[in-house]
Amino acid sequence: MIAAILSLTLLGLVLGFGLGFAARKFHVETDAKVAEIEALMPGSNCGQCGFPGCAGAAAAIADGSAPPTICPPGGKALVEAIAKLLGLSVDTSALADEGPKIAVVQEEICIGCCRCLKECPTDAIIGAAKQIHSVLREACTGCAKCVARCPTEALRMEPVPVTLQHWVWPKPERGAPAWA
Amino acid sequence: MGLMEKIFALLEPAHWGVHPDDKKRPAADAPVRRLPLPERLYVPLQQHIGAAARPIVLTGQKVKKGELIAEAQGATSAAIHAPTSGKVVAVGDVTAPHPSGLPVAAITIEADGEEAWIDAAPAQDPFSLSPEEIAKQVAAAGIVGLGGATFPSALKLGLAKKAKIHTLIINGGECEPYLSCDDRLMRDASPEIVAGIRLMLIATGAQRALVGIEDNKPEAIAAMREAVRPRREIEVKPVPARYPMGSEKHLFSTLMGQEVPADGRTTDLGALVHNVGTAHAVYQALGKGRPLVERLVTVNGGAVAFPGNLLVPIGALVEDVLAFAGLKETPARLVMGGPMMGSLLPHARVPIIKGSSGILALTAQEAGIAPAGPCIRCSSCVRACPIGLLPLEMAARIAAGALSAAVDYGLKDCIACGCCAYVCPSRIPLVQYFNHAKGELAAQARAQLRNEAAKRLAAARAERLEREAKEKAEAAARRKAERMAQKAAEAAAAAAKQAEEVA
Repeated sequence: MIAAILSLTLLGLVLGFGLGFAARKFHVETDAKVAEIEALMPGSNCGQCGFPGCAGAAAAIADGSAPPTICPPGGKALVEAIAKLLGLSVDTSALADEGPKIAVVQEEICIGCCRCLKECPTDAIIGAAKQIHSVLREACTGCAKCVARCPTEALRMEPVPVTLQHWVWPKPERGAPAWA
Repeated sequence: MGLMEKIFALLEPAHWGVHPDDKKRPAADAPVRRLPLPERLYVPLQQHIGAAARPIVLTGQKVKKGELIAEAQGATSAAIHAPTSGKVVAVGDVTAPHPSGLPVAAITIEADGEEAWIDAAPAQDPFSLSPEEIAKQVAAAGIVGLGGATFPSALKLGLAKKAKIHTLIINGGECEPYLSCDDRLMRDASPEIVAGIRLMLIATGAQRALVGIEDNKPEAIAAMREAVRPRREIEVKPVPARYPMGSEKHLFSTLMGQEVPADGRTTDLGALVHNVGTAHAVYQALGKGRPLVERLVTVNGGAVAFPGNLLVPIGALVEDVLAFAGLKETPARLVMGGPMMGSLLPHARVPIIKGSSGILALTAQEAGIAPAGPCIRCSSCVRACPIGLLPLEMAARIAAGALSAAVDYGLKDCIACGCCAYVCPSRIPLVQYFNHAKGELAAQARAQLRNEAAKRLAAARAERLEREAKEKAEAAARRKAERMAQKAAEAAAAAAKQAEEVA
């Protein structure tokens, strides 16, 4: 009886110390969560969140120093994906999502300086020296980096217009008259 | 299915759906009238599921009735033809017949009143055409599913041919209350419908066709029976009147005794479902060379003075239709389509499109506008749901913003038929919850796709910058080497010259 208690205690202690030692000795710094969050991020490294690129933002979200709502191009979908991954409950209905915006060149002001082209993280602006530039709607992520770079303020962020295909029925308000 | 469940299923027939008062008569019994040609027709470029058609006319251009004015663009799209002869006066936005009231691009035609048709296709025997040729001509005539879903018909025929279906089901269910355009069409044009069915049989390679008609339309059943008598491969099958019998999957299971799986289609089980109106349009196109430029529209509702079915050119305004049918009072609600699944109209200045089966001008009493109460968990909606979902649970989750939880309850299988909202004693707008959630989920999926595309673009840019830097470095190294070689050559030449001089 005593022998059994002693041997099991000893075994427990040895294994416990062993595990504790291993945990410190072989500790891996990187968090698997960071990589997973980074995979969800837009990846354009636009910097709107204030962190150096998407990897920085992912790390900040993972350690809790930044909310999952910091990424404007990611929008609601990203917030929900991150919240699901981290097991957080985020109320996205309160999220100020003014809808997606994209950059638009005002052609009468553009001087064709090519500075915005170099700034765009997704190569969404086309143009050449002294030619009016244009934004490819499909490729623009709405990061607004080009707006600050333009010397003539020819770039503007405009909301993507709601179309029939993209319109969503509003959520019914409780107590409001029934639609259907 | 266990043995006990099988026995229960035998003892008790499937219970789904609802039995609303059908309100089809007297509109269904009134003879068809033709809407007097309006001065202007507004023909939207998006009247079908898929990509909008591409306009091929310019403002000021004269067009004839039936002339192609917008061509199909992309794989899923449909051509659009001029519904009357006249002049194109505008290519621009009009209000869409859609609850959002958003604009849709449209071609506006000022009618010249002559109704001059383009030269009809050369007379030929359409029944001798190959399946591919039939599908091609159906596509050229701009035919879409006229039951309301407006899916391009040619595409459906082609897919069914590939899937090697054995049965063509013709949907004459028309289960929505108030509507009677299909009923009227079957009574008045049964030989043409049957000719259309025969063409569709050739196009799909199916061996037989079943025409499912709800038993509240005895005249239509009699007319269709008479028309199919000489044809052994086509059979008219009355089905019990119950909403939503006109749903593709429900009509299929009623006729074939087999349930369509949640993630499957009827073509997986060897059958294709088409509407009677579509069959009629197919014959009009192939037999008479008439593209889809007009349709039967039921005008009904308590506010309408003379309810009935009207032959309306595509692009006529709802306003014109209501003015012709007459209004007894200002309608409390305007609906395009049926009262269960139709779309609420923002106002009457919206055009009739290919999928418009009806215009309902409802009184306040009919519309039953009332504030929603709390859910009392009576589970009436569960019994009514024809798919076997739990509408109350899904709506509660959507109300709380838990969309993915609603998906787990089968939101994607919801057909938005409206049975749940119809029976709800608390008048909860259940379908609006589901439509909201479906739209929101689709928006999230689109955002996800965009994110992935942005990531690819960013990676491509990083790769490009790296490549450019490398190329620059290589070019610099090459120039340096060239310079060195030149210098060495000059030095050698100078040395040789010196040596010559010395010598």
